Amino acid sequence: MIDREQVLHVAKLARLELSDDEVGRMATELSSVLGHIETISQLELDDVPPTSHVVEVANALRADVETPCLPRDVALAAAPAVQDGGFLVPSPQASA
Amino acid sequence: MSDVTALTAKQAADAIAAGDLDATELFEAYRAKAAADELNAYTWVADEAPAPTAATAGPLAGVPLAVKDLFCTEGVPSQSGSKILEGYRPPYTASVVARLQAAGAPLLAKTNQDEFAMGSSNENSAYGPVLNPWDRTRVPGGSSGGSAAAVAGGSAPWALGTDTGGSIRQPAALTGIVGLKPTYGSVSRYGMIAFASSLDQAGPLTRDVTDAALLYGRMTGRDPMDSTSLQHPEEIVLPTAERLDGIRLGVPEAITGEGIEPGVFARFEETLKLAQELGATVQRVPLPHAEHGLSAYYVIAPAEASSNLARFDGVRYGLRVEAPDLLSMYTRTRHDGFGAEVKRRIMLGTYALSSGYYDAYYGKAQRVRTLIADDYKRAFASVDLVVTPTAPTVAFGLGAKTADPLEMYLNDLFTVPISLAGIPAISIPSGLSDDLPVGFQMAGPAFSENRILGAAYALERAIGFDATAGRV
Repeated sequence: MIDREQVLHVAKLARLELSDDEVGRMATELSSVLGHIETISQLELDDVPPTSHVVEVANALRADVETPCLPRDVALAAAPAVQDGGFLVPSPQASA
Repeated sequence: MSDVTALTAKQAADAIAAGDLDATELFEAYRAKAAADELNAYTWVADEAPAPTAATAGPLAGVPLAVKDLFCTEGVPSQSGSKILEGYRPPYTASVVARLQAAGAPLLAKTNQDEFAMGSSNENSAYGPVLNPWDRTRVPGGSSGGSAAAVAGGSAPWALGTDTGGSIRQPAALTGIVGLKPTYGSVSRYGMIAFASSLDQAGPLTRDVTDAALLYGRMTGRDPMDSTSLQHPEEIVLPTAERLDGIRLGVPEAITGEGIEPGVFARFEETLKLAQELGATVQRVPLPHAEHGLSAYYVIAPAEASSNLARFDGVRYGLRVEAPDLLSMYTRTRHDGFGAEVKRRIMLGTYALSSGYYDAYYGKAQRVRTLIADDYKRAFASVDLVVTPTAPTVAFGLGAKTADPLEMYLNDLFTVPISLAGIPAISIPSGLSDDLPVGFQMAGPAFSENRILGAAYALERAIGFDATAGRV
């Protein structure tokens, strides 16, 4: 049901590198799980509203006042790489 | 006092309050046990007992607490069972843990779990599987398997877990202890490393129902840091009633014994008979859409997970695999950092949310969720509690279900629909089958924890389950 090509497309969307082995296994396993999930397509659902959240609350608002947040050095403390008070990452441009 | 770890948490708290037991002595006794643990239940154990503070005089009196790895604890490793967070020490503590510390429950240890709480056997942990104290060749269930094994094995008086589709109740059942999944929103999720935010719920794993009531009563409450948290309309009381007069129990029509191990079903029927002897009535209730619960769950939970786990990208915390460009850094970090089950769920969720499939999967699953929640609302018009076995099997062997993800998912058949409905449920031990514990599950309407705990207490007394066989 799900082929290798679709697996690779979804992996790209998920920002997930998969080994060749993983791609093959994923195709089989996802097909099996999706096959089970298909049973809900038999249900008549057009008139049923979706539930995104079970708690019946509308807006949860707080007063618009400043509150303390994590100090910068604490927020950066667990980062793999830091420079000039920010998170350091490789360039978005692939280097040659 | 001879063996202070033989006391329940409530008994220990009372002994400390009465001056008969020293809180530091109790902590040290558990600390020594946890440090010597052979079940791989822990990912971190405190070095020493904390200095007594004002909190020790609080309602939890200094009784130490084991906490599932996915709760952030300031300065203490919080890895959610994942390699991608190896060694991560958060800069803040989860609200519920802070709340319990302030009430007098110091942090004893962090417990092993399935990676990002995805699993039913604790075999998906990057830190190795947890062994069931009743039989070390078997799993303790999951994903709160470390918390369950710690409490069942007697190396922690009580523990925090989380339940997204059964991750407190199923391991509690498989290890012969009590596990409560509270009403969605009644405990703050702030500082819980998220799996599926519309389902994740923290709850207690304890030796008995009284301890569950005592701990849950201090966990619940509105938290300004979690906009989905709600104030419980009732104060949680310690249960005392020994009878079930007037309580109407509903057994779903689909529970016929089919698909349930014979020994598990036999304990279930015996427990129903016992409930009737205590004054309860038992009737059948239709829950026509519960059978679609697993399907809806395995769309909704992975979809939310795929979004939540986008934050693990090698930028702000955790693992980074160096690469020449940003995109390769993301994809390689995630390749190396996530385990097989997490990758599977990220892929499943991303697929279900992707263009062209959203309506067919995610949209439909959300509508099925409505039908399931409505089923329960209708059921609670005629019964007080819906009861089932917690899991269709007793603890299974390590490796027995790892080859087929679908077979593993089926172990959560009876817990998942309740999670989708957001309602509270408890698992209590109801006896043994093949010398292994069997769980009895009771679910009630939103915010009916007092009713659930009350009925569970009466049944617990009548069942008289002997948990000491599981103690290490």
